Amino acid sequence: MESHRLYPQGNGKIMESISIKPFLRLSGLEPLIVRPETNFLNVGERTNVTGSKKFARLIKEGNYEEALSVARQQVESGAQILDVNMDDALLDGEKAMQTFLNLLQAEPDIARIPIMIDSSKFNIIEAGLKCVQGKCIVNSISLKEGEEKFIEQAFVCRSFGASVVVMAFDENGQADTLEKKVNISGRAYKILTEQVGFDAQDIIFDPNIFAIATGIEEHNNYAVDFIEATRLIKQQMPLTKVSGGVSNISFSFRGNEPVREAMHAVFLYYAIKAGMDMGIVNAGQLPVYDEIEPGLRELCEDVILNRHPDATDKLLIFADTVKAKGKAVAKDEAWRNEPVQKRLSHALVNGITDYIDADTEEARQQYARPLEVIEGPLMDGMNIVGDLFGSGKMFLPQVVKSARVMKKAVAVLTPFIEAEKEKNLREGIGGAADGEGTGPAKILLATVKGDVHDIGKNIVGVVLGCNGYDIIDLGVMVPADKILQAAREQKVDIIGLSGLITPSLDEMVHIAREMKRQHLDIPLLIGGATTSRMHTAVKISPEYEQGVVHVLDASRSVTVAGNLLNQEQKAGFIKNVQTEYRKLKEDFGNKKTAKAYLKYGDAIKNKVPISWTDYTPAKPRFTGTKAFAAYNLEELVPYIDWQPFFIAWELHGKFPQILQDEKVGVEATRLYNDAQALLKKIIAEKWLEPRAVVGFWKARSNGKDSVTVQNELEGATEEVQLEFLRQQTKKAAGQPNISLADFIMPAEFGKEDYLGAFAVTIHGIEPHIKAFEKAHDDYNKIILQALADRLAEAFAELMHEKTRKEFWGYAQSEQWTNDELIQEKYTGIRPAPGYPACPDHTEKYKLFHLLEAVQATGITLTESLAMYPASSVCGWYFAHPQSKYFGIGKIEKDQVEDYAARKNMEVEEAERWLRPILEYDA
Amino acid sequence: MKTLEQCLQERILIIDGAMGTMIQRHRLTEQDYRGERFASWHTDVKGNNDLLSITQPAIIRGIHQQYLEAGADIIETNTFSSTRIAQADYDMQPLAYELNVASASVARSAADEYTTRNPDKPRFVAGAIGPLNKTLSLSPDVNNPGYRAVTFDEVAAAYSEQIKGLVDGGVDVLLVETIFDTLNAKAAIYAAKKYFRDTRQKELPIMISGTITDASGRTLSGQTLEAFYISVSHAKPLSVGLNCALGATEMRSHIEELSQIASCYTSAYPNAGLPNAFGEYDEQPHETAHIIEEWAQEGFVNIVGGCCGTTPDHIKHIADYVKDFAPRRLPVLETALA
Repeated sequence: MESHRLYPQGNGKIMESISIKPFLRLSGLEPLIVRPETNFLNVGERTNVTGSKKFARLIKEGNYEEALSVARQQVESGAQILDVNMDDALLDGEKAMQTFLNLLQAEPDIARIPIMIDSSKFNIIEAGLKCVQGKCIVNSISLKEGEEKFIEQAFVCRSFGASVVVMAFDENGQADTLEKKVNISGRAYKILTEQVGFDAQDIIFDPNIFAIATGIEEHNNYAVDFIEATRLIKQQMPLTKVSGGVSNISFSFRGNEPVREAMHAVFLYYAIKAGMDMGIVNAGQLPVYDEIEPGLRELCEDVILNRHPDATDKLLIFADTVKAKGKAVAKDEAWRNEPVQKRLSHALVNGITDYIDADTEEARQQYARPLEVIEGPLMDGMNIVGDLFGSGKMFLPQVVKSARVMKKAVAVLTPFIEAEKEKNLREGIGGAADGEGTGPAKILLATVKGDVHDIGKNIVGVVLGCNGYDIIDLGVMVPADKILQAAREQKVDIIGLSGLITPSLDEMVHIAREMKRQHLDIPLLIGGATTSRMHTAVKISPEYEQGVVHVLDASRSVTVAGNLLNQEQKAGFIKNVQTEYRKLKEDFGNKKTAKAYLKYGDAIKNKVPISWTDYTPAKPRFTGTKAFAAYNLEELVPYIDWQPFFIAWELHGKFPQILQDEKVGVEATRLYNDAQALLKKIIAEKWLEPRAVVGFWKARSNGKDSVTVQNELEGATEEVQLEFLRQQTKKAAGQPNISLADFIMPAEFGKEDYLGAFAVTIHGIEPHIKAFEKAHDDYNKIILQALADRLAEAFAELMHEKTRKEFWGYAQSEQWTNDELIQEKYTGIRPAPGYPACPDHTEKYKLFHLLEAVQATGITLTESLAMYPASSVCGWYFAHPQSKYFGIGKIEKDQVEDYAARKNMEVEEAERWLRPILEYDA
Repeated sequence: MKTLEQCLQERILIIDGAMGTMIQRHRLTEQDYRGERFASWHTDVKGNNDLLSITQPAIIRGIHQQYLEAGADIIETNTFSSTRIAQADYDMQPLAYELNVASASVARSAADEYTTRNPDKPRFVAGAIGPLNKTLSLSPDVNNPGYRAVTFDEVAAAYSEQIKGLVDGGVDVLLVETIFDTLNAKAAIYAAKKYFRDTRQKELPIMISGTITDASGRTLSGQTLEAFYISVSHAKPLSVGLNCALGATEMRSHIEELSQIASCYTSAYPNAGLPNAFGEYDEQPHETAHIIEEWAQEGFVNIVGGCCGTTPDHIKHIADYVKDFAPRRLPVLETALA
């Protein structure tokens, strides 16, 4: 920290003169100051075309949007600096660097951290430096081509204010001995500080990490040389930093990730001790030094520290055993010979239920009381699971499997615990010893009133349960008073609310207000797909002072709950979050409207230009509705989009590539196989019943945002008027302000146009959910729920295809693969009320009315317009070839007033339904 | 005679106030702006204030004199928009160099007149380098965030030409001001460093002044104050500070923060409050001066003055209110980490 010195002031006031330390200071949108107490800095490595095949492919395809998400992932997984490298013979490196960095500047969540511009070509580095306002690191320059060139390049870096990585490389080649590494670094230091005017703290040395254990004897000391060079460099030039590309060290073990990761962890352990400050690493894949299996760790240390001449051979032999599948199986059974405590722990960590009943019973007999089995070996095992998950070494599906083991074990013990309680009661032994108040902390979870979605909430419950909390799950559609009542009666320590559809946001605000009114003093967690940190900060947190925290996903819930339940940390944690939210709220309030808005009337004038006179709408094969009950499940399977299934399990990536992903591939494959097995069973045993209804009607627009649908009933024609919203932000020249109404022919053109609608659902999940719950099998329960969601979406996709090819038949000859369907390459759209193109949920009433959907499919609507069963999808069909998916974005009051008038609604009510898209506060 | 650096060690220096506000008072017509030389220029030039250094040098000199009379130690050249890029609005790109030489010369002679009169209070000329009407970090098209209306090289070239004009016209120091996009400022710094190295001249000191656009505490291009300071610190500026967009009241917390982190001198020249509904500034000279007095008392500042809406009367009050306070002490720059 900065220290202060006191000086007397002329006017009698004591004035402080601060002191400023020579830290390395970098910046993106925010500062990064490298202090002595700063831990090892992770430089994110995946935005590097030479290191990531995926990133290289995205850049080559020009898919910069996806490439940005790689960068975002790096930031989210803890990268403090982002390495960007575009060195590829097939790329225009300068252009790719500029395009990517320019786009990145528009993403505040990524641009927050400093950039490391990485290239072996200085022209690319210079191109990159010209795009970034923050203080970057250049990686790298060296004396390879002599002093003159080095000085010239250093001057350029200096004139952009960048720090530099200096490779230990000179006219004679790359430094491969300790002496050369230190001497070249010293020479570069002298030139940079004396001739170019660099501050010492802006110099970062890379003394070359080379592959060891290659079988070539001269290579054996490379790691030691790096570590010792680091130590000497930091001694001789203490303000400078040391960095390196860590994965080089294990290059000879390519394909054997367990050994490579162990080598990296051991290497870093010693290199950081010697003074290494930062490195280009895949942080998520670094095991903790202490957790490496001791045998492997010892072998890695021998190789890295070059302790024995035969160290390489020994590690190679070991590496083969890690690789060999046959031996792994043999090992699998070995754990059965361990003592029961170890066996329980092994079963928990590996999610094996095969022996859990017998092992639990065996443990019970060893302990005086059944509760001790839970508090002892079982909790020990779950603590390991919690730690591994917390440090990114286990993934969600594994944790849920562990939970299944735990629940089964607890189920074995429960009758004994109950019997003991009764016995104590009978004998009058007080229950104070393990009575209320000393048990585990209680967390109440609920999906709020009007909302039926609970996969995410269930996952949070499982994960928190794994971490030793007592979970009280009130289920879905839970009204505020019920939540508060349960919270008081059960003396819960935390309330967690979940919701997926937008009206749930208001309900959460309502619950926060109620908690305040009823003087509750427990923290409130907010989660679910529709929630956000910003909404929580701006709308919910101000309503309740006892702590409101937005939780992004199940993984984060553990740390948040931990902080809130630790009496020493709680107050500070809540205060920090509140300060952060207050700042967010202020920023939100202060943010000048970046976007200009059109008057609603002008937005209508800028509608999608469609040449209606040249267009003849296709006539559907039928008008009115057609219902499908007990549709064949098997037909839906080819239409399943698996990617969201993995996202539900917090495994992010494209399907099917995710099955081969280097980090999560193994677990993803296992999950996929389990899901496939369950899916087969669902189909064979007809667990689920798909139902659908589709309908088509004559329709005309009024040239603005209303569409009139002719519903021909027996003997009479009913006119139903649908109301749509229109984009209102000012667009670039030639870009329309879109409304879905634009895709229906205005009445004055005289030809018949049509509109369609559909609703699909998957019935029959409840008994199977209950059966899994009874079997303590959260794992299969969540798979089943996620599969039902996927089947509903697949059914919607299938019905849309049938609509295009048969029912409406406007694209009879189309041929798309499933991937192309997922990419929405087809003609026509199926937007759903409540989603970006038509964000008002209340239009769902008209859709249901037209389709007679309740009778036809058994779907019901909640007061928040969520559909039940939860695995349901509905929407409109538009056939016009120019129709496309879009988001309305924010809208202004003039449009809301017009909309409310059209819907015959009070403006306040319209505002309540449209709140997420209002540009103004209402 | 004392150098700028020597004066900064001794006392809080005063920089002048708004040029635009003072020009407005003259109620100049299109004809006045054109003068004889541009009588038949093909576009309207009214509003091109920088042009007045060529067509109405007496008016500009008069304004400088009023600020010098009010006690300004540093006056800014009338060159906020004197770059090829900004002058494109009037199709006057080729005049960029000449505008800078003319403005610098007018300011130079006015400053020298006052220095001669009282050599104990030397006056200095800061070459004002404005932010441009095109930005390097932001896309003007919301639908195309990767687009840029101008390149770094174009901006650096424009600034380089401006710097040459300012130096040839005789300024003492370069002032990169009203920075709302840090990358534009980095292009100016880049141009300055390169200009002095290429021409083998002794470098003039650089003053840097950023703009926090609203209460979020960030620049328009999204940086926090500290990130901004780190991003421009390679200029080894004589001073770093804030100007424009905010009044003194709103600027206080930011200048306090800056005074804690800046290893160089600090400057602050706020607007005369926030504009009223008509875009006019109402804050009275004694009000502005009173707020700035407190900054001086707290030891936040080395250079103070005014931006939009401030007048010679504001500057006179500010100079008067801060004259008894010692300047902020430069931080001690440690040479070891521990």
